[in-house]
Formats: sequence, structure tokens, C-alpha cells
Amino acid sequence: MQRKKKKLIALWLTLASLLLVLAGCGDDLASQDVLTRVKASNEISWGVKSDTRLFGLMSIKTGKVEGFDVDIATAVSKEIFGDQVQVNIVPVTSNTRMSLLKNGNVDALASTLTITPERKKEVLFSEVYFNAGQALMVKKGSQIKSVKDLTKGTKVIGLQGSNSVENVKKAAPEAKILQLPDAAQAFAALKSGQGDAMTSDNAILYGLAADDSDYEIVGGTFTKEPYGLGINLGQEKFHQAVDQALQTIEADGTYAKIVKKWFGKIDGFDGGVVK
Amino acid sequence: MQNFIDAYSWLNMHFLFEGLWVTIYVSVISVVLSFIIGAILGFVRYVKVKYLSMIVGFVIDLIRNLPLLLIIFFMYFGLPGTLGIRLNTVTAAIVALTVFESAMLAEIIRSGIASVDHGQMEAARSNGMTYLQAMWYIILPQALRRMVPPIVSQFVSLVKDSSLATIILLPELMYHAQIIYGQNSNYMIPMFVALAVLYFAICFLLSRLSRALAKRLK
Amino acid sequence: MITILTDHWADLVAGLRITLSASLLALLGSLIIGVIFALFVISPLKPLRVIGNIYVEIFRNIPLLVVALFFYIVIPQFVVQIDGFTAGTIGLTIYTSAFIAETVRAGIESVDIGQMEAARSNGMTYLQAMGYIVLPQAIKIVIPPLGNQFVNLVKNSSVLAFLAGFDLMYQANLIVSSTLKTTDTYLAVGLLYLLMTMPLSYLMRYLEKRWAKQPAND
Repeated sequence: MQRKKKKLIALWLTLASLLLVLAGCGDDLASQDVLTRVKASNEISWGVKSDTRLFGLMSIKTGKVEGFDVDIATAVSKEIFGDQVQVNIVPVTSNTRMSLLKNGNVDALASTLTITPERKKEVLFSEVYFNAGQALMVKKGSQIKSVKDLTKGTKVIGLQGSNSVENVKKAAPEAKILQLPDAAQAFAALKSGQGDAMTSDNAILYGLAADDSDYEIVGGTFTKEPYGLGINLGQEKFHQAVDQALQTIEADGTYAKIVKKWFGKIDGFDGGVVK
Repeated sequence: MQNFIDAYSWLNMHFLFEGLWVTIYVSVISVVLSFIIGAILGFVRYVKVKYLSMIVGFVIDLIRNLPLLLIIFFMYFGLPGTLGIRLNTVTAAIVALTVFESAMLAEIIRSGIASVDHGQMEAARSNGMTYLQAMWYIILPQALRRMVPPIVSQFVSLVKDSSLATIILLPELMYHAQIIYGQNSNYMIPMFVALAVLYFAICFLLSRLSRALAKRLK
Repeated sequence: MITILTDHWADLVAGLRITLSASLLALLGSLIIGVIFALFVISPLKPLRVIGNIYVEIFRNIPLLVVALFFYIVIPQFVVQIDGFTAGTIGLTIYTSAFIAETVRAGIESVDIGQMEAARSNGMTYLQAMGYIVLPQAIKIVIPPLGNQFVNLVKNSSVLAFLAGFDLMYQANLIVSSTLKTTDTYLAVGLLYLLMTMPLSYLMRYLEKRWAKQPAND
């Protein structure tokens, strides 16, 4: 029995050290050169929202995520790596996207990501590919007409990890902010009266309000939210390639085609399009 | 009423069942893996190998006392950074569920073996059986009978717990229901009814199965 | 990890407070509801037994997340306005009460049936015999599993993070999204959870062992 025990110990120690070695071998995914890896594997992963109409929404019919961000990510990838590259669309939320990029779960983000000075310390941004602005959505007939009405005692619903939450803290410091995991949950919470208003980018809110005529966007936009594609720090070569690809698809009309496909029938979106 | 009829359209149900399939798929793999790992860990803890059992026991206790949600986050966000492995949501959910449920099962299995009278082991050994023979033929069959109900209720927990993985957007039942009512809020109540019925059906079936199994073992 | 704890101490403590109060309130609530339904399940009256069994089976077989989200987004639209903390606590209470009902039922049934009969033949009513003879003995048997239910409650209260309930897990997610230090934050928050759950679950294991050695009527 003593010998068996010793054998068992040996077995477990070997297993444990094997794991440790594996851990040590692990190359930090986020710091591998994206251009080299994608050229080798012919596969690139983009983080895209899956609950945001127009930008990235999971289709009930196909189970695939569809939207402006998906098409931009696909067009940029094909421009850089050729038509046969496989584009994986990984659903992300406002709260998870930056961590997923930094930890290497995805190669890049096309997820309604506002370019901000704070985020610039963490990621590289492409040039602006869409201009959104923050707005408020309320139930029709609400007393709240603009961000000024978010006084003490009002509750505002926002998305965890979104820039709009940071903005509304500054614009309406008195209001209580409830942060929900994603846009679908946030809208459901607004409908249940958990908050008096919901704040996010106009681009996201228009998509939600299109679902339900009881809700409207009030007070116009009160911030500028330029969207950029997010790339990990240190990926300068990939960053350059992405910017170049964006310029190419803007020049050859692909960008305009994608814009027309998603925003052609929606009023008030001309301002968002990058000329 | 019209809401219910519309909500349960063929398209929506198809989408919902796709989610159900992921729930079942993730659950079954996690159940199998966590049973194997849990049995090994529980046994190591029971036989009291110096140091090793102590370390294993401590790690099991750590995991058992953490919220599963935290483990899910950790596996999805933490692992790629620390190990350099890119996990998709399905793998991350399976790993997280397996880690958590193996720890829970290890404890069930350890106490199950421990609950069988110690005298029986000694009697078997004195009759010339080796330790492993006595364990396999005398102790384990009895322990197994006692373990079946708690093990199965742990499996039921696993199926229910898999719903927490919506937080990392695992395309399972809960997440698909949220997508449907997120796109049309009239479908909210019908979707909650559907969720309740579907989860109940799987879990209830599983627990009934265990009861039948427990009876047959007796 | 240390910097996460020091930089965000106020938020984390606020989260801890919410987590603990939700767990304590839910424990209290689910104890009351759980005991009532346990008595239903073992009651001599068939309608009560049926109601008790249905309640227990339903809530044991539906994920906590489904129950909690139901209270957060469905109930306010049709019944009464409740916030994330309340909805989460109610969800936790109902979910846990089904498990407590099971635990209490098993505890009562483990008390010798002869004692009930003896008490009844000495002129006690059913309720008197239950209240004075059976329940006091059952309490000792059920305290360790109830303690473990509290540990589960602390872990499960992380579901409040889905409901903007401002609990520890919610705060963790906000810290992650502002600092992007996933591994460090979840390790730090995991430590805080362990500080709440580990001592209690070791205490319960100790009590279980100690009381198991003594006769039940001491």
C-alpha cells in the first residue's frame, strides 16, 4: 500500500508539473503579431456586439450576428488578407470587449467603441469609421426631455463598461446610474420601469426604439462619440494595415455601400457617416 | 394570447431549441468530465495521501466556496491572458462548469466513501483482499448507492448553472431567449414561460431518472 | 491585486454589504417559507402535500437566474415596482426555500417515527407533537445543511450582478471595465467571497462531524 501511495504521489506531481510547464510555455496571445498569425492561420477574430440593431445583432433566423460593424470588420479583413480569409465574429458586450481584446480572445474590435483619451492608453484606435453621439431614450410622455432633467432622484440605465455611463456621470452627477450587462437587458429594464431613462449612443438607441413605438429619443445628442476599430497596443503593423484598408474601402465605394445597406432607410444618420 | 401564438412561431422555437441544444451539449460534456475528475479528486482526498490529499482538499474547498459566476469570468477572461490559450465561449463555459462541479462532486464522493463502515474494509483486507480489491468490490458499490441522489442533484444544478454562462454570451437557452425578447418585448412573458418549462423538463427528467436508478441499485 | 483592493476599497465594501444583506434576508425568508413547505410535504392532508411537492419540484428545477430575472423585468411591468436588490433577494429566497424545504423534510423524517406516535398517544395533537417533540430534534440534524445553504446563498447572490443590484460581483464587473485588470480583480474579489464562505463551511463541517458522534436526543 505504501508503494501504491508513492506511485500516486509521483503521478500527481508529474501531472501538476506538466500543467505548470504548459502554463510557462503559453505565449501571450495578445502580443503575437496579428498580421503574421492571421496570414499563417487564415483566420481572424473580431469582437462585435450581438444585441445592437444596425451595428451587430444576432439574427433569430440564421443565428449569425449581422450589422454595420460586422460588414466593416469583414471588408477590412478581406482588404488586408484577401477574400478567402475566414472572419470569426465573436459576440461581446460593452463590459467584456476591452478585456477580451487585451487578453487575446479577439484580434480586434468593431463594437461601437468610442475613441476616448482614457481608452487610448489601453488600445490603438483606427481612424474614425462612424460618428455617433450620446442621447437619452425615454417612454413617450416622460417628464425627462433632456439630460438636464436628470436631477436628484432620477434613475438612468446604462451599459456596463460603456463610455456613455462615464459621460452621464459628468453631465448628471445627481442621477443614480444602473449599469446592466448588455443593451437587450438594459432596454428590458427600462421597460420594466427600473429607470426613468436609458442612455447610450444615438446609434444604439435608434435601433432599440425602432422595436417599440412607445419609446423615443429626446434632447438630441449631448456628446460626440466617434467610433474607431480597436487594436491591441504593440500591434503597430496591423494598426497601419487596418487604417490603410479603411481608406481603401472608403475610396472604392465599399464603405458607402455598407452605409447604404444599414442606414439608407433611417433618417438622421447622415451625420454619422464619415466622408 | 396573441403574443403567445406569435412568440412561439416556428422561427423563434427553432432559435430557442438551438439554444437548448447548446445547453444540453455543454451540460453533458461538463457532467462527464466533472464526474471523472471529481471521482479521482474525491478518491485522492479520501485515501489521505500525505500532503497531496491536503493540497487537493484545500483547492477543492477554495473552488467550492467561490461563486460559479466568478469562475466563469475567470476562465473566459483570465485563462487566455495567463496560459496563452484562446478559449471560445463554449470551451470557457465547459472548463468553468467542469472545474466548479468536479470540486462539488469530489466532496460528495469523498463523504460517500467515508460513510461506508470502516470495519468492512478491515474485514475484507483480513480476508486476503488487496486495498484496491476491497475498495472496488466491497466499499465502492455500497458508497455508490448512497452517492447517487446527491450526485444527480449536482448534475441538475449543473444544467441550471449553465444559464449563468449567458454573461459571457454563450449561445445557450437563456441567452437565446433573451435575444428573442430583446428584439420584441411582447415576447417577454412567453419566453419566461418557455424557459421555465424547458429547464424544468430537463431537470425533472434527470432527477426522476436518478430515482429510478437509485431504486435499481437497491 | 493589492492595488485593486486598496484603490476600490469603498466600492468593494459597499458591494460586500449588499451581498451579505441580500444573503441574510434571503436566508431568513427562505427558512420561514422552507419550513412551511416542508410541513406541507409531510402533512397528513393530501392537498397540502400536493401543493408542497409542486412548489419544491418547480423551484428546484428552474435556474435561479430565470427566477431572479422574472422578478426584475416581468413583475414590475404587471404587478409592483421593485428594484434589482429586492428582485434579486426575492428570487434568492424563493429558489433557496425549495432546497431548505427538502433539507428540513429530510431532517424531520430522520427523527424516529415512533416518537411522533408516542407523543400522539400521550394526548398531544399533531401540531403539538411536531412543535415540541419532532422539530427540536430535527433542528440539530438540519443546522449543518442549513449553514451550507447560507454559503450557497452568498455565492448565488452574485446573480444580483445581472440585475444592477450593486452587490460584490456587480462592483467587480465595474472595476474590471474601468481598470481592465481582469485577473487581479477577480482574484481579489474571489478572496473577499472566500472570507465570507470558507470559515462558515468549515464550521458546518465541524458541527456535522461532532453532532454525528452524539446521540440525536442529547
